[in-house]
Amino acid sequence: MQDSNWRILTRPLIDDNPLTLQILGICSALAVTTSLDTALLMSLVVVCVLALGSAMVSLMRHQIPHSVRIIVQITVIATLVIVVDQLLQAYAFELSKRLSVFVGLIITNCIVLGRAQGFAMHNGVVASALDGIGNGLGYALILILVGAIREFFGKGSLLNMQILIPTSQGGGFEPLQLMLLPPSAFFIIGGIIWLIRRKRPQQVEKPEFSLPVKGRETR
Amino acid sequence: MNALFELLLRSVFLDNLALSFFLGMCTFLAVSKRVDTAFGVGLAMMFVQTVTIPVNNLIYQHLLAPGALAWAGLGEVDLSFLRLIAFIGVIAAMVQVLEMILEFHLPRLHRAMGIFLPLITVNCAILGGSLFMVERSYGFTESLVFGFGSGLGWALAIVMFAAIRERLKYADIPEGLQGLGINFIVAGIMSLGFMAFAGLG
Repeated sequence: MQDSNWRILTRPLIDDNPLTLQILGICSALAVTTSLDTALLMSLVVVCVLALGSAMVSLMRHQIPHSVRIIVQITVIATLVIVVDQLLQAYAFELSKRLSVFVGLIITNCIVLGRAQGFAMHNGVVASALDGIGNGLGYALILILVGAIREFFGKGSLLNMQILIPTSQGGGFEPLQLMLLPPSAFFIIGGIIWLIRRKRPQQVEKPEFSLPVKGRETR
Repeated sequence: MNALFELLLRSVFLDNLALSFFLGMCTFLAVSKRVDTAFGVGLAMMFVQTVTIPVNNLIYQHLLAPGALAWAGLGEVDLSFLRLIAFIGVIAAMVQVLEMILEFHLPRLHRAMGIFLPLITVNCAILGGSLFMVERSYGFTESLVFGFGSGLGWALAIVMFAAIRERLKYADIPEGLQGLGINFIVAGIMSLGFMAFAGLG
């Protein structure tokens, strides 16, 4: 029984989020979240590549021989990423400089290959495209959230618009330098995962064994 | 010589691929449950990085870079947009060749790396290392040092992370933070530690 298209689109947002539950695609994601605009651009690129990639793999799924499927999928994805990379360099040169190598790294982003392999190979074109968009949006949601938190607390601005005035310019806000450093992204993602799992405890992995704790019943 | 040593230190600690550029995170989180498997994948990573980055450097400089085909009378041809697909091909091929050589000449090392060698082909840290090499325009010797250093740094990070995770099994962690959540926090604290090398060199 196939899910309805709406479910395919919305399930990856929180219930089955690629970043926080499937642990896919964290690789190229977090380094671009120091500010909101790079996070937004990266999200847009990933949604496009995922949707198009899934749709194209799904179109070709009856023609691809089983033994070379991974290579075919990688070629499709790599072609899309090269096109996107060239487009970015042509129309958004400044931003593409700041994204540096991470646009190219979308090729090895596990989400794209994972969805192509796990979903698009067995489903129709429309469903695959929707699944790609859904997973892309789930990824974008986390990326934008982290980007917004880091830019707001690190620089006191959002999308380069100053909201809190830092002390160096006579305001009352002391920028948190830590937010601009890599460790903060780990902490923020950890926190987001914690929040989601408070609301949806079934996402917590089963511990390999539980400890007897004094004064508390073991769950 | 001094500059090369500095580059080595930088690529191992401050510019650690896993902890400051988040590269290879999927593998980093997935196969760090035990120290010995982490050691295997770290070793494989080090090996592949040391080989692929210099090879990619040669290919980029002599075939793909703007003006690199001048010897063939094609001075104005710029093939650098092909680098993504070329690097992936090189990495996949190198991993295959490495696997055959290791299996034949160093079977014990090959067994220690286990199934991780082929898996590493789609690891972002490998492709990322090669792309950084182009972006920072390293020469051949520099890319050799950078390849070794970044592989070593990644291996160091994953082995330490696995050691901490083994201990974490016995910790009483708030529900909801268990599993993935606490792993991120631990990686963050480790990353802070690696940042402390900022003043070095």
